[in-house]
Amino acid sequence: MTSLTHLERLEAEAIHIMREVVAECEHPVMLYSVGKDSAVMLHLAIKAFHPSVPPFPLMHVDTTWKFREMIEFRDRKAAELGMELIVEINQDGVQDGVGPFSHGSAVHTDIMKTQALKSALTKHGFDAAFGGARRDEEKSRAKERVFSFRTAEHRWDPKNQRPEIWNLYNARKNQAESIRVFPLSNWTELDIWQYIWKEQIDIVPLYFAAERPVVDWNGVPIMVDDDRMPAELREKAVMKSVRFRTLGCYPLTGAVESTAATLEDIIQETLLNTSSERQGRVIDADQSASMEKKKREGYF
Amino acid sequence: MSHRDARIASDIVGYLRSHEEKSLLRFITCGSVDDGKSTLIGRLLYDAKMIYEDQLEALSSDSRKVGTQGQDIDFALLVDGLAAEREQGITIDVAYRFFSTDKRKFIVADTPGHEQYTRNMATGASTADVAILLIDARQGILTQTRRHAFITYSLGIRRMVLAVNKMDLIDFDRDRFDQIVGDFRQFARQLGDDLEIQPVPLSALKGDNITERSERTPWYYGPPLMDYLETVEVDDDRQHAPFRMPVQWVNRPNLDFRGFAGLISSGSVRTGDEIKSLPSGKTSRVTRIVTHGGDLERAVAGQSVTICLADEIDSSRGDVIAAADNPPQVSDQFQVRILWMADNELLPGRKYLIKIGAKSVRATINAPKNLIDVNTLGEAPGRTLELNAFGVCTISLDEPIPFDPYDEVPGTGGFIIIDLVNNNTVGMGMIDFALRRASNIHWQALDIDRKALAEQKGQKGAVLWFTGLSGSGKSTIANVLQKRLFALGRHTMVLDGDNVRHGLNRDLGFTDADRVENIRRVSHVARLMSDAGLITLVSFISPFRSERRMARNLMEEGEFVEIFVDTPLNVAEERDVKGLYKKARAGEIKNFTGIDSPYEQPENAEIAVNTVELTAEDAAERILEWLKENGFISG
Repeated sequence: MTSLTHLERLEAEAIHIMREVVAECEHPVMLYSVGKDSAVMLHLAIKAFHPSVPPFPLMHVDTTWKFREMIEFRDRKAAELGMELIVEINQDGVQDGVGPFSHGSAVHTDIMKTQALKSALTKHGFDAAFGGARRDEEKSRAKERVFSFRTAEHRWDPKNQRPEIWNLYNARKNQAESIRVFPLSNWTELDIWQYIWKEQIDIVPLYFAAERPVVDWNGVPIMVDDDRMPAELREKAVMKSVRFRTLGCYPLTGAVESTAATLEDIIQETLLNTSSERQGRVIDADQSASMEKKKREGYF
Repeated sequence: MSHRDARIASDIVGYLRSHEEKSLLRFITCGSVDDGKSTLIGRLLYDAKMIYEDQLEALSSDSRKVGTQGQDIDFALLVDGLAAEREQGITIDVAYRFFSTDKRKFIVADTPGHEQYTRNMATGASTADVAILLIDARQGILTQTRRHAFITYSLGIRRMVLAVNKMDLIDFDRDRFDQIVGDFRQFARQLGDDLEIQPVPLSALKGDNITERSERTPWYYGPPLMDYLETVEVDDDRQHAPFRMPVQWVNRPNLDFRGFAGLISSGSVRTGDEIKSLPSGKTSRVTRIVTHGGDLERAVAGQSVTICLADEIDSSRGDVIAAADNPPQVSDQFQVRILWMADNELLPGRKYLIKIGAKSVRATINAPKNLIDVNTLGEAPGRTLELNAFGVCTISLDEPIPFDPYDEVPGTGGFIIIDLVNNNTVGMGMIDFALRRASNIHWQALDIDRKALAEQKGQKGAVLWFTGLSGSGKSTIANVLQKRLFALGRHTMVLDGDNVRHGLNRDLGFTDADRVENIRRVSHVARLMSDAGLITLVSFISPFRSERRMARNLMEEGEFVEIFVDTPLNVAEERDVKGLYKKARAGEIKNFTGIDSPYEQPENAEIAVNTVELTAEDAAERILEWLKENGFISG
């Protein structure tokens, strides 16, 4: 008897989830962060609706501090697939000159990412938003449902979640509520990499090692991506062979020294690695339960 | 993730190829904090090398701070997620954990064990292939062990590990272990004879019989826990069941392509197979099984595919495409088992929404035939279902659906129950059997139909539904209106709340459940009267929107006229015609609307009359005008 492999089961589950959202929600959107998880999620969307083009737009909340290579990759992908791409920037934040160097990671992330996301979802009236979060990323995620409801203020109430039974998702929402849907909930980092390898999914070149200018900022090695980095920091940059395990705002994303230049090399390095993926993210370090707190406040 | 496979370093491609072939096992762990459940899961993650060094460092420091194991690592801290729970030292919800070995990927549903968390356990069990029942060797089989076994068995799990934990605390006493296993086997016979039990003597804390057979249990010949999990057969049952695919979405990119997208819930399908679409019963043949990676010759349970058919049959979301020679039944009335999951109890007679496969349909759930005591497995009486109660009920749906008994084909036999007012998932159910086949029902075809009866009276049947607080003036206005209609030669009937409660509904009180039943009965009587062509005036407080909606849905389109008799509470209380408010305020009457029971105002009543501004005569006149304008009476 044919038994499915773990990747086949995860793939079928994610496709099932996406089709449920399209069938039951009026105005869904896929939040596209340009990272590897987003790449997998987008690939699954293509599969779910083939031969149709996925019947929803992609939306990227651009903090204006993303790596330039991410923006190039994003625009190229959307054009290739013929999908609508919505780019949202918090213009108030831009006017106030908010950025990680001047305001620190917490303020920057809140204004340019969390607030920008909330107002963008409200502005477009999206009632469901796909996100690429996984339950293995962080403890509070382990309890979050696949269909995760947000109040009109985009808050998450971990104590008041609907039970999810079998694969029967209840997508009915009350006035002004919206849903975050996580089709990759049951995937692990290794699953993601293995699937990218199996399906040969295109990812941003920043994941591969290359010679890049790197400087130490608050104990984290970060890449010099433009001249908004304070001059005194930029001057200290040295060329190193590095790559990134996660992608976000360049001043908030730690580089790892590596020579892994192929997908196989990256996976090998990941498997042999001894520190968890989120370690390179500056925002998690604040406090032990920080992610749960952020999510209650509306961080995706 | 220091997977210690030499091939990672030497032959990464070979390693990846072999790992692509891994299967997936989902299991649930049942047990209380004291049984060492979190410790067991933490241990499995640790032994599977799924813990990174930075996590391990955080764990060691957390262990010393808040752990319960002195200087040792407290594995339980790995899995106790949310901040509030970590402080309370309990797990309160369902959390999912992941680990993998060379043979399998595992998804663990981690659920709490106390009785008040039965719903969480059922949630976790609904997607699990195997259940691990954790037992404290010092305690033996407890009531909660039986409860865990019953719930997981009811959800269809047929493979259980009896994990007898804390063997180190009883010196790995074989007799004690054998006794516990014997006790459990004896109990398990009550559940059914198709349950496979694998007992394992464990110490999650010390690591005995987790990944390797422990030297301290030389008398144990079974597999260590991890070996069992890596090799137990899964997934075959649904592959052998007949082909079913609920249609999720119809894919129509252009006029030349029409595909039915869905996840195959059981069996398998090949191109060329004869299929039947339910409930229509139309048959066709599979021409293509479409995926992005190319067409498939065959697809099996668990796969998400898009199927094209030879004929243009009208199948849409919620229908089931099935093997033509072995299709599901179609019915609209069932006996089901329900687990109630909401704080608000089941209101028998009220409409709920059920979702089964991709189909959502309104349903009435009748009062339970009996409850099942999850601790003793005995039957218990009960008129409703409260949070975590498990009961046998009959339900009737607004339209027939394709289904299979849950125990035969789970994918087309399980459903969730959704509250139509607050949209929460309030329960889950499993179909046992249909009470009748919908195809056998034929309404008695009447030669003299409702239209003829109404025309004979020169009017249109209608239900004028007066709702409002006690003392708002509903009955007064209804009586004035009836006199005016009578004078115009119309045929009418008044159903008054107080009067009906003296007869038909004398067995009902004023609890929420009884109020719902009260309205249900009156609605049906009103329907019969409007069928007879009468203009029926119903004067009931009817405080809940959902019951008024139920009444509206029962009537022919356009025949239900909701009249909101709008009187502020202070005015009604001041009038207090029957002296009831006074008694309610004095506590002599319980559940009195407006005092200690809510009144939900209509949001879109056809007519609203404000009795502060209008006399009863004016109000009746206004309603009469409305009826004329909307064609209920001529002239």
